[in-house]
Amino acid sequence: MPDPGLIMYEEEFKQIDAELRRLHQQANAKVTFLVDKNGQLITAVGETENLDTTSLASLTAGNIAATGGMAKLLGEKDFSILFHEGERDNIHISLVGRVILVVIFDQRSSLGLVRLRVKKSVEILSQILQKILQQVDRAKAPSGSGGSGKEQPKSPFSEISEDDIDKLFG
Amino acid sequence: MSFINYSSREINCKLVFYGPGLCGKTTNLQYIYKKTNPDSKGKMISLATESERTLFFDFLPLALGNIKGFKVRFHLYTVPGQVFYDASRKLILKGVDGVVFVADSQAERMESNIESMENLRKNLQEQGYNLDQLPFVIQYNKRDLPSAVSVDELNQALNPKGVPFFEAVAPQGPGVFETLKEIAKQVIMQIKKGA
Repeated sequence: MPDPGLIMYEEEFKQIDAELRRLHQQANAKVTFLVDKNGQLITAVGETENLDTTSLASLTAGNIAATGGMAKLLGEKDFSILFHEGERDNIHISLVGRVILVVIFDQRSSLGLVRLRVKKSVEILSQILQKILQQVDRAKAPSGSGGSGKEQPKSPFSEISEDDIDKLFG
Repeated sequence: MSFINYSSREINCKLVFYGPGLCGKTTNLQYIYKKTNPDSKGKMISLATESERTLFFDFLPLALGNIKGFKVRFHLYTVPGQVFYDASRKLILKGVDGVVFVADSQAERMESNIESMENLRKNLQEQGYNLDQLPFVIQYNKRDLPSAVSVDELNQALNPKGVPFFEAVAPQGPGVFETLKEIAKQVIMQIKKGA
């Protein structure tokens, strides 16, 4: 099977959220958000009230997937940065391993500033994500081989019953 | 791949509707969209051509409820069915948690069904998945059409492993939610297994 599913715990989530907030502020952005490559929104910061972030997340992943396909046809590994310029708003998209960092900004900021700030954030986010992936690996490893890793809470999903699922559909 | 967020207490899963061109994948999503409580669904996005053929994908986010205190969200995607959009189909299968194969029951579409099923297996393999190990459901759509072949015949051609299957008439709804429920169940059980 390919990559394991992404599991995010409180501590790392807070770190990611804090980094996105910092980027949002320092880049003078309207919105910053992080999306899993499969299109699932991880978190969004900024003026999100009137924004359909779920759809944006899915389309961003589709966009990255499509340009990734184009890159491969050209013999490139990936196109790691995408930029879309609009009349009012612009979108800057960058790949950070298996997640995607998106910055939406308008005339209050500039592409140069966004690129500069994004570069720094990509480094920090990469480190946090690395930690998350190590945790997923540890969780999958047989007990005792986890080394000095901290204990994760017992998964609540081991107790799921068919009844729980039936309830979802009323 | 499912995304479990302990901070916002959410589980996100990706379901892909696969099948030959014009078999009713988009129609399945449209029916689900129409019949779902507005609080439980997001906007349906269709990246389609002017003649309403799917160009890249349709996307429908559903939040059906809670399990063990976690909000369960399903992201439903369709692929473009036409043969020449294979590159796009491969992309959409990335990170899939469960697959619904929508087959067109009409006799004249049998060959397209078989071709699409083989294409699904091959494209999954390229991504490192084995169809036999993934949550998987088959839907025999267009059961109301006069040239629909028997379910036995369809099973023989498309379902040698005997995965759960449903008969459907997607525009009117029979079979649509039954299919969704079965694939959702399999995907959640998979998460349970991995827990």
